[in-house]
Amino acid sequence: SIIKEMAASSAVTADYVLKPPPYSLDALEPFMSRQTLEFHWGKHHRAYVDNLKKQVLGSDLEGKTLDHIILNTYNNGDLLPAFNNAAQAWNHEFFWESMKPGGGGKPSGELLALLERDFTSYEKFYDEFNAAAATQFGAGWAWLAYADNKLKVMKTPNAVNPLVLGSFPLLTIDVWEHAYYLDFQNRRPDYIKTFMNNLVSWEAVSSRLHAAKAASSSSA
Amino acid sequence: MAIRSVASRKTLAGLKETSSRLLGLRSIQTFTLPDLPYDYSALEPAISGEIMQIHHQKHHQAYVTNYNNALEQLDQAVNKGDASGVVKLQSAIKFNGGGHVNHSIFWKNLAPVKEGGGEPPKGALGYAIDTHFGSLEGLVKKMSAEGAALQGSGWVWLGLDKELKKLVVDTTANQDPLVTKGGSLVPLVGIDVWEHAYYLQYKNVRPEYLKNVWKVVNWKYASEVYKECK
Repeated sequence: SIIKEMAASSAVTADYVLKPPPYSLDALEPFMSRQTLEFHWGKHHRAYVDNLKKQVLGSDLEGKTLDHIILNTYNNGDLLPAFNNAAQAWNHEFFWESMKPGGGGKPSGELLALLERDFTSYEKFYDEFNAAAATQFGAGWAWLAYADNKLKVMKTPNAVNPLVLGSFPLLTIDVWEHAYYLDFQNRRPDYIKTFMNNLVSWEAVSSRLHAAKAASSSSA
Repeated sequence: MAIRSVASRKTLAGLKETSSRLLGLRSIQTFTLPDLPYDYSALEPAISGEIMQIHHQKHHQAYVTNYNNALEQLDQAVNKGDASGVVKLQSAIKFNGGGHVNHSIFWKNLAPVKEGGGEPPKGALGYAIDTHFGSLEGLVKKMSAEGAALQGSGWVWLGLDKELKKLVVDTTANQDPLVTKGGSLVPLVGIDVWEHAYYLQYKNVRPEYLKNVWKVVNWKYASEVYKECK
């Protein structure tokens, strides 16, 4: 199915490894503190990976790729036990790679053209992404995603991600409170703006978009 | 002149009430943030003053503000006969109204040690806990385990099922009040396991927060609710 193809071609396969972010833990300062990375990557993300390993041991999921586990435990929203750890392991690796030191701001070239095509303007996309991230109640994620040849903004609760909803993830922001509480406390809107203005890696988004288009056209 | 201006405020309010009633509109009851019955730092070291202040002044206040906004919008939609508008507002009402309901209970569920926080329940509730869970330790262990296992945000509750006349332990997601799990459930003790309830102090170690919160749980309040509802 196209969903499986899209998942297979996504850059994150994890294979139950706690991959470090593509920058040092203090590299995103002052926008995301070293302390946050130490806990968020070093404790939360690590726990999802470690707990997933323990959870699939001896089960028929053992040895399967992360993507396989995610797609097979989503179960149309009636989540099977391994979903949370598997999806969160995937989501967090994707999140670290969605950011870079000196990131943020407006993209250029093809990506900007597509954002302008599908959202009317970068500013409209910015507002829509902000609103999704701000209004995801409780724990969850906001996404820029690609499906049916269009870019769209999505928000998901807890560990759910666009892969299980038939869309190809391009960018994400973690809005679980642990993602921003040490740096911003309750001020989620400030965290979101800081992410958009100073952290987004549009290079990562572009390369994911190329992969998404390749996956879509190869199964056309 | 002077007499008119002294009377005017009350008269205007009275006129507004009357005209509202004539138009078939009720003025809706809005909500305010309840005061904490203790200082922000009074629950230390179990829960830090910093957390208590942000939790009360920022998080609970936001639920109250947003609940009031949702109610105003609901009132307008109801009066206009805008059915889909009314339905659309339900999630905002559940989130924010639930947040207000749950946190109002939570502040009463906690007390400084010198005011009885942590003191085991005696009397009818103590007896019921021993009967249903073997011991207070048994109940605490069960609630802490369920609270730790909750994925995402939510609450772990000790409730009374008024119909079945028994104590239950249950969890709710996000800000769903306990009554969403059963119409006859009365919340006795709720422990907030949203990350904002503990993160600044306990970071990712939710089980450590759950171990310590019991030191400030106000069983006297839970006992009163239990006696009233039995």
